[in-house]
Amino acid sequence: MGAFLTLGIISFLYKDNPWYKFCEALFVGISAGYWFCTVFWSQFVAKLWDNIYPTAGQPRQYVYLVGGILGLMMLLRLVPKIGWFSRWPLAFVVGGTAGAYLIGYALSNGMKQVKSTILPLWVSGNLNATVGNIILVVGTFCGLIYFFFSKEQKGTYGKVAKLGIFFLMITFGASFGYTVMARMSLLIGRMDFLFGTWLGLIK
Amino acid sequence: MRREIPILIAIVVGFVYVIQFFVPHAPFDKFQNWGNDWIQIIAGFAIILGVLNLLKVSLEKVYKKSKGWGYAVIIIIGFLIMTGAGLFFSGGKNYQNPGTPFYYIFFNIYFPLNATMFAILAFFVASASYRAFRARNKEATLLLLAAIFLMLGRTPLGDYLSAGLPTGWQLKNISDWIMDFPQTAGQRAIMIGIALGIISTSLRVITGLERTFVGGE
Amino acid sequence: MEFWQKLLAIDRRIIFIFVAFAIIVPLFIIAPPGFLKKIDVSLPVQSLYDYVENLPPGSKIMIAFDYDPPTTPELQPMAVSFLKHCFTKDLKVIMLGLWPQGPVQAQFAMEREILVDEKIKAKNLQYGIDYVNLGFQAGNEFVILRMGTDIAAAFPVDYFGTRTKEIPLMKDVKNFDNIRLVYNISAGYPGTYEWVIFAGDRFGVKIAGGNTAVQYPHNSPYVQTGQLVGLLGGMAGAAGYEKVSGYLGKATKYMLSQAVSHAMVIFFIILGNLAYFITRGRKV
Repeated sequence: MGAFLTLGIISFLYKDNPWYKFCEALFVGISAGYWFCTVFWSQFVAKLWDNIYPTAGQPRQYVYLVGGILGLMMLLRLVPKIGWFSRWPLAFVVGGTAGAYLIGYALSNGMKQVKSTILPLWVSGNLNATVGNIILVVGTFCGLIYFFFSKEQKGTYGKVAKLGIFFLMITFGASFGYTVMARMSLLIGRMDFLFGTWLGLIK
Repeated sequence: MRREIPILIAIVVGFVYVIQFFVPHAPFDKFQNWGNDWIQIIAGFAIILGVLNLLKVSLEKVYKKSKGWGYAVIIIIGFLIMTGAGLFFSGGKNYQNPGTPFYYIFFNIYFPLNATMFAILAFFVASASYRAFRARNKEATLLLLAAIFLMLGRTPLGDYLSAGLPTGWQLKNISDWIMDFPQTAGQRAIMIGIALGIISTSLRVITGLERTFVGGE
Repeated sequence: MEFWQKLLAIDRRIIFIFVAFAIIVPLFIIAPPGFLKKIDVSLPVQSLYDYVENLPPGSKIMIAFDYDPPTTPELQPMAVSFLKHCFTKDLKVIMLGLWPQGPVQAQFAMEREILVDEKIKAKNLQYGIDYVNLGFQAGNEFVILRMGTDIAAAFPVDYFGTRTKEIPLMKDVKNFDNIRLVYNISAGYPGTYEWVIFAGDRFGVKIAGGNTAVQYPHNSPYVQTGQLVGLLGGMAGAAGYEKVSGYLGKATKYMLSQAVSHAMVIFFIILGNLAYFITRGRKV
């Protein structure tokens, strides 16, 4: 069955066809069922129900009811007339995310990255480290200048921004190289399944 | 009422999460623990909302006999089979155990479909590289060269091709150098940029200036 | 000139066939030992290995399986070689997932690779004592934040529905203070980014990552800052860990296909550019 479905998806490479569409629709349906079941057992039963109605000897934790009510309000989005109730749990998540991200990103991606960029521009007896540090400091600074759009990028300022673009291009190039690696890996896995696991041709 | 209460909720929750970082004591720590638990539960309901919405759209398609309604039937059948297996025929909480119908469907249907769906992207990446990856100007050439050095340097292929070069100057070393210095510098600029963006957006939410998430009346 | 113009307008399915060959044919070829010797063990891979190697027996390691079936070829080998390394060192392993399919991947790794390995069999591993699978919880970074104060509250039951508090291994594990390393194997969001920000920097626990190649460049700056103990990137990173730990597996097996497919893509890039520059200014 796995091979039939794998080939069904691969058939899209030739052109869009009913076999592929069948596999695609089946994937969407099974996927929805998978998420539903996983959430049902891990959230509704384990996290919500078992905390409110625990096994004997455990205290009931009614505080989880609030989460349950907020969750149910989320589902009201499906009812157009009272759909606006879903904004409450949404606001809760947005507020929590804003608070957590404000601190988290300021610390990890803001201050720690800036701190690690404050490097000595001359490392005695180590040319490699000297050049590397200069690239790190200049590259980060110029990249940030490029992202600052409140000032027109021309003159010296524009040249610094242009240097920033060069660094960003190298970054995107590296990302592209790694993306190729990732995509090829995924295909290797499927081909190994078809020719190894299914047909038994690869040892 | 429809807009003010959600904005107020976001402000209060946001403030509590920020204050808790600096004052990790009662009552803020307790409230944040509750908040985390509630958000976990809300996230669960949000997933269910997505699933129900998919079913609603699919059922509408079948009811109206829209184009491709047959595939909507397959979506519904697939959902019912997986849900039936997971909720009723796989031993309750042990639904993921090897040997259960849920496990069988996961491994024999879900796994190959999901894996292959993304695997075929390899073909399109190769095709796009051929058609669109051009050294049109200095910037594109830099991008292209960095990609090629990385692709070569990250596999033993690079070692074979640069075996004659002095130690420290082989393709592997060049790709390491690109990753350690210019790539890190560019990536760091992006990270700091994103962090600044997130900080300003979060501040807007917490101070009640950002209201787009509540929509209109 | 006409040849180059035709070449530029080539049917994409012909490219697809070349790619398929570049991937499939090397799978049938056993890579020569010289090729395997050239698999690179990068510094972030080596530092993760060294960190685990220096942990005292009985230390608790947490592995977050944040990926799904598509990325299995590059991430599962990272999980398998790391698990084998941990169990050989007599470390205790707590597995979980912020992706619903993650804990299933953990279960696959244990059933199909770890518990059937002769060396590991001799250790007579016991579920709940030597390792545990806490399953999935929705909520992304908020699950991590909750784990910072109480892991059992974030994951009330394990993969099999047993209460977390009743599992012997979890009895003296309250939060990240009792964990020596969180190794996050991830294919996107939530992943290493979130573990670094909300667990590592917030609660002080050591974090290491095993990333898809797509993610690797985004997370690599964390290595230089010391926010990550080590980082494995894509199939190359997985093969590197297999090499350094001595548990050769699928990543090593796939490296030949990986190398040839890279060469094929580079060939297409060069060919495409050649055709572009020769025919520049002419309509195709």
